[in-house]
Amino acid sequence: MSTEARKPSPQIALKVRRVLGGKAGWNGIAVQFAFAAILGWIGYEIVSNARANLENQHIAAGFGFLRNNAGFDVNQTLISYTGSDTFLRVFVVGLLNTLVVSVVGIVFATVIGFIVALCRLSPNWLLSRVGEIYVEIIRNLPLLFQILFWYLAVLAALPNPRQSISLLGIAFLSNRGLVVPSPIGQSGLEPFLAMLALGFVAALALRIHARRALFQEGRMIRIWPYVLGLLFGLPLATILVFGLPFTFELPQLKGFNFAGGSRIIPEFVALTLALSTYTAAFIAEIVRAGILSVHKGQMEAGSSLGLSRGTTLRLIVVPQAMRVIVPPLTNQYLNLTKNSSLAVAIGYPDLVSVFAGTSLSQTGQAIEIIAMTMGVYLLISLVTSAIMSVYGWRVSRSLDA
Amino acid sequence: MSDVATSAFVRQDLVAERPAPVQTTGFIGVLRTRLFNSPTNILLTIVGALLLWFTIVPSVKFLMVDAVWTGKDRTACLTENVGFAVGACWPYIQAKLPQLIYGFYPEAERWRVNLTFVLAVVLLMPLLIPRLPAKSLNAGLFFIAFPVVAFFLLHGGGIKGFGLSWTVGLLQLFDESIIGAGQAMLNLSKTSAVAPLLWAVGSLIVLVGTAISWLIFPLVWLRDHVQRTGEPVWADFATTAVIVCWIAFLLGGGVRTGGRALASSIATFIGIAIVIKLMGLDRGGLPIVSTNLWGGLLVTLVVSVTGIVTSLPIGIALALGRRSTIPLIRIFSIAFIEFWRGVPLITVLFFATYMLPLFLPGNFTVDGLVRALIGIALFTGAYQAENVRGGLAAIPRGQGEAAAALGLSWWKTTSLIVLPQALRHVIPNLVNSFISLFKDTSLVSIVALFDLLGSLRASFSDPKWSTPSTAFTGFAFAGIVYFIFCFGMSRYSLFVEHRLNAHRRT
Repeated sequence: MSTEARKPSPQIALKVRRVLGGKAGWNGIAVQFAFAAILGWIGYEIVSNARANLENQHIAAGFGFLRNNAGFDVNQTLISYTGSDTFLRVFVVGLLNTLVVSVVGIVFATVIGFIVALCRLSPNWLLSRVGEIYVEIIRNLPLLFQILFWYLAVLAALPNPRQSISLLGIAFLSNRGLVVPSPIGQSGLEPFLAMLALGFVAALALRIHARRALFQEGRMIRIWPYVLGLLFGLPLATILVFGLPFTFELPQLKGFNFAGGSRIIPEFVALTLALSTYTAAFIAEIVRAGILSVHKGQMEAGSSLGLSRGTTLRLIVVPQAMRVIVPPLTNQYLNLTKNSSLAVAIGYPDLVSVFAGTSLSQTGQAIEIIAMTMGVYLLISLVTSAIMSVYGWRVSRSLDA
Repeated sequence: MSDVATSAFVRQDLVAERPAPVQTTGFIGVLRTRLFNSPTNILLTIVGALLLWFTIVPSVKFLMVDAVWTGKDRTACLTENVGFAVGACWPYIQAKLPQLIYGFYPEAERWRVNLTFVLAVVLLMPLLIPRLPAKSLNAGLFFIAFPVVAFFLLHGGGIKGFGLSWTVGLLQLFDESIIGAGQAMLNLSKTSAVAPLLWAVGSLIVLVGTAISWLIFPLVWLRDHVQRTGEPVWADFATTAVIVCWIAFLLGGGVRTGGRALASSIATFIGIAIVIKLMGLDRGGLPIVSTNLWGGLLVTLVVSVTGIVTSLPIGIALALGRRSTIPLIRIFSIAFIEFWRGVPLITVLFFATYMLPLFLPGNFTVDGLVRALIGIALFTGAYQAENVRGGLAAIPRGQGEAAAALGLSWWKTTSLIVLPQALRHVIPNLVNSFISLFKDTSLVSIVALFDLLGSLRASFSDPKWSTPSTAFTGFAFAGIVYFIFCFGMSRYSLFVEHRLNAHRRT
């Protein structure tokens, strides 16, 4: 007599049903058919209407317009651009401008955000109130309001270039923007950069070596004098050997405007100011929540092990807080990038302004242009969220281990 | 007893008074423990005080001390005429206040805007106070009845039919579109390579369309009869009321339990009849004020309230769709949510302004405000979906399983057990996204709608009031308005959160 357990029947039909229709089974499949039919109908309506409307307006669909001449100027370009360049080049120019303002904004927002968070966490009553007031005021006013405030009220109220405000005699702030000294490369530039990179790589290698020695053999190596030497001494030595890597061309007031130096347009100044102060308020709250999320027993445990306050913070509190801080922080960076599209309100030539604004009104290719613009932002978001999910997966794995 | 008093270990004299303990509470205590307890802290206190000194003092000076309070035009706010460095120029705000609140809404009709504001406040206040009863009735009035009434109040105009005519019209439009699609396929099949397939699908679609048109024929016949009577609106209204009440009665359980459903639907229709009669909707209603005359705070509030009201159902539907086990619906919901969350609002508004009209039939023009509203509803709906999803995830599985054990269907489980709990969980998050929606409404000024910020910006260009302090005054005023709304909402959200977490506190 066989005592083996009977194998359950494969139940293929059930599994197929589950995959196709979910828990609802055949009903689910029916619902999907109905849903697909509705989607198909909407899609058909959209396509047929769009085709008819485009025919009426005599607009040729397709991306051929990208090769046409744009014929308008852009007042801030990172790559060379003239009015006779194509719309594709306008797209690239706008994209680069968006990225520049986002990166600069992210750097400033992070710095200000961390400072404000430290203020709010400070045991000093007055300072924490100052941080709180900053966060409440900034968070409860629309970003567009703040951008327009900086642009239309503050920057417009600045004096003209002749009476511009001098910042230490090297940079000048006026209603035409911020004029800063521009670096001019000299013969010593290439060896300088090479040595800088070399020093950086060597310092990194030294750090990895020191950590390995600490964790695997228990040996403490004092590396900071060498790191300092590599990061600063080496480039300095190259300067002494090869001469200055670059000199600064100071802006000079000539007539009604500045000659020399490079001018940062007021739109950029206003946008960066508004974006970074606005996002900083949100970052401050995130950082504060992250640090508060670490139980205070951790700090006490660190000091009972004989670690100094700084070491406890660096080795115990911050790594745990970072786990809470990083995902929403990335989200804020993403928000800042998306919010940089508000540039269109003050005419900073970002992607939305020059491409979805000026190019759209010149060509009338609404579908293609808006799809491309949305696609760019969507791509940035999706890539970031993909990276973040990998990060989250690694964090949860390290927590399990 | 006396030997105890004289024994060696009992003290004979009083202990010397100790100095009073260092005060750690009260004003002095705070000064001592949290402001001046160490050299670093003293330094930080000085830094904080300097920061406050350099921000608050100039603002107060600008807003109050140096401000000009009365005047007729810009000359009142010029330093040469006044004699001191002028701060805020409040007469400018007084002169522009109607524009900042109503836009170009005709002066004679502004009572309608005021009435709408009053209605909104009257309906919203009891909804926000948790202690007051009849929340579902109140919510129904605010979220369903109020938007309709507000539309006829603000925009004006009347109705030519009622439920029956609208339903029939929609069904006919839908049917025509289906038959049109089938016919287009049949035409295409004459030239295409896959002709037989196209022909088969096309004739199937045409067949379905024809069948639908036969199905709706009785309704069409009824509609035509109703329209031929002397009072089409009231005839249509009566027919709709009878049909809907009858259906509610049957669905409510017939003679046995349907009384309640019947009574509530009859009450609803009586309410609708009163509104129609009061506003004279059957006789053309109020004079039409087209939306390009709207502006200022009115547009800001209209956009944000419409966004709030429309985004919630969209968000709930998407959140349920995202948790559904049916593959196509789940994939669609995820794609939809991630798409709208991945793009900036301004591109959504551009999409709604420039792209949406291309997708609609050529003879069908959509008002600029409505286009922006559609874009904002879709955009906010995606964000609300993620909020609602958070609430749904917080409901223990056991709730749904218990409902299933009681034999409730999916719809009943969701609407009676899961959703009410989930929504209550996420009220603070919902309010927070309403705050960001309220702030985001300022973006409509980029697509040529004059909301509060747009009206403000437009008023800067008035030469009658151009002074050096005009821009600062305008921004100060608009900033205060925005701050009051947003700060109020955020405090309310904190209050609700506090209430919801009451059971977690000890």
